[in-house]
Amino acid sequence: MAAAMPLALLVLLLLGRKGWCLAEPPRDSLREELVITPLPSGDVAATFQFRTRWDSELQREGDTDHYFLRYAVLPREVVCTENLTPWKKLLPCSSKAGLSVLLKADRLFHTSYHSQAVHIRPVCRNARCTSISWELRQTLSVVFDAFITGQGKKDWSLFRMFSRTLTEPCPLASESRVYVDITNYNQDNETLEVNPPPTTTYQDVILGTRKIYAIYDLFDTAMINNSRNLNIQLKWKRPPENEAPPVPFLHAQRYVSGYGLQKGELSTLLYNTHPYRAFPVLLLDTVPWYLRLYVHTLTITSKGKENKPSYIHYQPAQDRLQPHLLEMLIQLPANSVTKVSIQFERALLKWTEYTPDPNHGFYVSPSVLSALVPSVVAAKPVDWEESPLFNSLFPVSDGSNYFVRLYTEPLLVNLPTPDFSMPYNVICLTCTVVAVCYGSFYNLLTRTFHIEEPRTGGLAKRLANLIRRARGVPPL
Amino acid sequence: MWRKQLVAPSWPWPCCQPQDRLRCLRWMPGCTRTTWSGCWRLLPRLLEMCTPSWTEWSGSIVLSYVAGIAWFLALVFPPLTQRTYMSENAMGSTMVEEQFAGGDRARAFARDFAAHRKKSGALPVAWLERTMRSVGLEVYTQSFSRKLPFPDETHERYMVSGTNVYGILRAPRAASTESLVLTVPCGSDSTNSQAVGLLLALAAHFRGQIYWAKDIIFLVTEHDLLGTEAWLEAYHDVNVTGMQSSPLQGRAGAIQAAVALELSSDVVTSLDVAVEGLNGQLPNLDLLNLFQTFCQKGGLLCTLQGKLQPQDWTSLDGPLQGLQTLLLMVLRQASGRPHGSHGLFLRYRVEALTLRGINSFRQYKYDLVAVGKALEGMFRKLNHLLERLHQSFFLYLLPALSRFVSIGLYMPAAGFLLLVLGLKALELWMQLHEAEVGLEEPGGAPGPSVPLPPSQGVGLASLVAPLLISQAMGLALYVLPVLGQHVATQHFPVAEAEAVVLTLLAIYAAGLALPHNTHRVVSTQAPDRGWMALKLVALIYLALQLGCIALTNFSLGFLLATTMVPAAALAKPHGPRTLYAALLVLTSPAATLLGSLFLWRELQEAPLSLAEGWQLFLAALAQGVLEHHTYGALLFPLLSLGLYPCWLLFWNVLFWK
Repeated sequence: MAAAMPLALLVLLLLGRKGWCLAEPPRDSLREELVITPLPSGDVAATFQFRTRWDSELQREGDTDHYFLRYAVLPREVVCTENLTPWKKLLPCSSKAGLSVLLKADRLFHTSYHSQAVHIRPVCRNARCTSISWELRQTLSVVFDAFITGQGKKDWSLFRMFSRTLTEPCPLASESRVYVDITNYNQDNETLEVNPPPTTTYQDVILGTRKIYAIYDLFDTAMINNSRNLNIQLKWKRPPENEAPPVPFLHAQRYVSGYGLQKGELSTLLYNTHPYRAFPVLLLDTVPWYLRLYVHTLTITSKGKENKPSYIHYQPAQDRLQPHLLEMLIQLPANSVTKVSIQFERALLKWTEYTPDPNHGFYVSPSVLSALVPSVVAAKPVDWEESPLFNSLFPVSDGSNYFVRLYTEPLLVNLPTPDFSMPYNVICLTCTVVAVCYGSFYNLLTRTFHIEEPRTGGLAKRLANLIRRARGVPPL
Repeated sequence: MWRKQLVAPSWPWPCCQPQDRLRCLRWMPGCTRTTWSGCWRLLPRLLEMCTPSWTEWSGSIVLSYVAGIAWFLALVFPPLTQRTYMSENAMGSTMVEEQFAGGDRARAFARDFAAHRKKSGALPVAWLERTMRSVGLEVYTQSFSRKLPFPDETHERYMVSGTNVYGILRAPRAASTESLVLTVPCGSDSTNSQAVGLLLALAAHFRGQIYWAKDIIFLVTEHDLLGTEAWLEAYHDVNVTGMQSSPLQGRAGAIQAAVALELSSDVVTSLDVAVEGLNGQLPNLDLLNLFQTFCQKGGLLCTLQGKLQPQDWTSLDGPLQGLQTLLLMVLRQASGRPHGSHGLFLRYRVEALTLRGINSFRQYKYDLVAVGKALEGMFRKLNHLLERLHQSFFLYLLPALSRFVSIGLYMPAAGFLLLVLGLKALELWMQLHEAEVGLEEPGGAPGPSVPLPPSQGVGLASLVAPLLISQAMGLALYVLPVLGQHVATQHFPVAEAEAVVLTLLAIYAAGLALPHNTHRVVSTQAPDRGWMALKLVALIYLALQLGCIALTNFSLGFLLATTMVPAAALAKPHGPRTLYAALLVLTSPAATLLGSLFLWRELQEAPLSLAEGWQLFLAALAQGVLEHHTYGALLFPLLSLGLYPCWLLFWNVLFWK
């Protein structure tokens, strides 16, 4: 039974391939690429991208209604093989051929960073957008740690990283390439060399800086056929020094300040390290309802002065229904640190609402920063369809800016947690008994009882009493 | 209908004759027909009838005190002390294999560190940064500065500025939500080099492992605890003590646990563990259990309060040895100072302890590898934690490393002592009431007290003056020494620190002259009832304070109760007044501190001479004030604003005319 499932999938894939062949060839093709970026610290980042497009009969109906837009985030998810396996199954060649043979779980999960994504979106097929295609893009980024995986050595090869080499392209793919970043960090001489030597190189402006990539095309028969496999090696000519890595223009940090279980403060530090350009950042925060935000304590300071956001959208939380939503457009001055802080009070949950591990704390999702970061080098406008896939990871808007979306770290906040144990139950019971007894006893002790005389006489008596009081005689 | 039934039995007041006590008791619920105040008036009379005679009464007071002390002494015997056990599942059943073998590396690091430190005369920040980066950590520094309220003569510092260096080992593929801390506090003297070496070697070893689920922060602080406090405040972005420091660049989420390490030799004979933190806070017992597990596993010799743990608990020797350790712990906890830099972490709910390598004359020595392995094991198990340490006890006493007394078992000792105050207060209240009744009904119910001159009841107004004056003395004691240090140094040939201590003592002693001053203020219409009312208030005040203290810091509460309660119960303006006065002075908070110092050194088998003791006492006073200002220790304000004024009230009672 267990074996039947993959088999069925395989059959589906084979059938599907036939089906695709009947349609327009370029549409449903797979483009795959691997970008290897050696980092100055000696680590190596590898990013896989797979893109498939297929036609859809569904028609696009005007603009998306913003009323239906939803944003959801699950702050607590550690990526593991469970996430990788179904993700790999979405690939046409699975992990049988092409770049995806490198996706071996045992190596990928020995890395120091792992990020895996699935993007799906409609793409217009013509200028008037009367018909659409669907695009499925899968990305996987890992950073190999020179300390753990390389045993201290800083030279890399595909085999050392993935314990596999490339043998053949995925037959379904229209394009299958490996890009290696060979940009010189030193101006004087080359810092690293790749082996085998690349046939072509590619130049572009990525994240505001000029980069040079060596290209290895798997469909290039000369590349594979020489030795039946392709093992790209990367050697540092001058090993990078142990120096602090260069800081990006925009980065952020988030933390909870304060101590104790009553109050706290959410602080987000936004760094703009650009020497002379200020730029705006859109900050989106969703905070669970059990952190009761005090909106009046929202302070934004940069360089010791108050920074007034040009746009604020705040949607208050409703208990047990929806979280706080806070969205702000903040201008970050050049070369500055902006601190956004807001105080909160920790709510006491109902006892059934605590998670099974309440003393672990409760997660607060990361804030999302979206910004157009000015680049140092002006980029040419490019044709998105022709340029490599990784180009669109940080799309350039008008040549002088590139778009970045950053996620800060999730936070772990401790809420006041009852001691879920036997003494706790005993205390609860005792307190209940005491409260009930105390109430009634106190009531009995403080109340004075007296017999209420039936009211006799009406207006006449009251009048009489008035007169008697005026005379100084005790009333009736 | 039911209302009428309730009202119907009109309660016969004259029933309260000694012969029909039972009837009175039976009729007690009848007071529901009266108001609460009526019932209140009734209570002492009822108590008077339903309680034993005066001799039995004072007997029970003495018995209660003796029971308190005896209960405390009995805590070291097995039914009350229990074996410790690991409560946390995540740390208990998981197996960990220690692989640390960087002993040579640690020694090399330590040597380099010591050399650089000697050369620069301060913490070699650049070298530390470089080395931490070379072992693969993410390195940050933090500079801080602090002007102490007055010069610290013990540590020889006044204007302090320094730099903390810390490196973060990022757990692979994790989101930096949780972290562990290994910290080494470096003072101005050249100790703790080996601890820094071991920290770096451990960092290098940890960096090569892939199993970390929590980030690990390796922190080296300058100016020992001041640096730690600066770092902790900056990490949590709060300012508790007025420390000026640069904001932290790197963080690693919520700190789950911390271990502070102090090592000053390449080999150690034993490892001592310190748990007592700021204001007597203690880490979760599981952290100590964890340490003890690895002591046993590695065959290390581990001590608590510098004492080996007794093997035999069945004979008398074991418990007696345990009692020494217990008393040492009580004294240390009562002092409220952080005994190691772990003590400052506890405020932020980070479970922490300090490990100290001791190198004595014992034959068998362990090298840094053994210590490193113990630390590696501890960190690996802490890494397994799913939740914060919360399963085990937070309030406990330790007669030995593997034995503990839980709060439920030690609290009665303090309870019995406080009962003395309660009983005494009740007795006074009844006497006061008797006097009142005696006034109302001349010739009826003669009490043991002396005949009172005709007067109205003691109004609370007459108590306002002594209470206010004693509280003002307390306030002066709290504020003036630090505030007036410059004035004192201008007029007297003393240094600032001396000026503070001497002003403290002067104000303290000046408080003793208080009765003569207040006497004119107090209306002396009814002298005997005046002091009784004052003593009643003082007793209740003291009982409340001690009760609150005992709940948060049992050791301090118990120590103060043991010393203050007898004198407080005995103080009265009749009888052997000089004896009472001597007793009261001997049990005043300051004398308790002095006595504790002697006891502490006695228990450590390093007895003090009188002169040394006095010097230590003066130093302790200065330290107490300093620690309040630098770390937020509460002992000084507690004594000066709470217990000293209360004690003055008893002094006032004693010299009532």
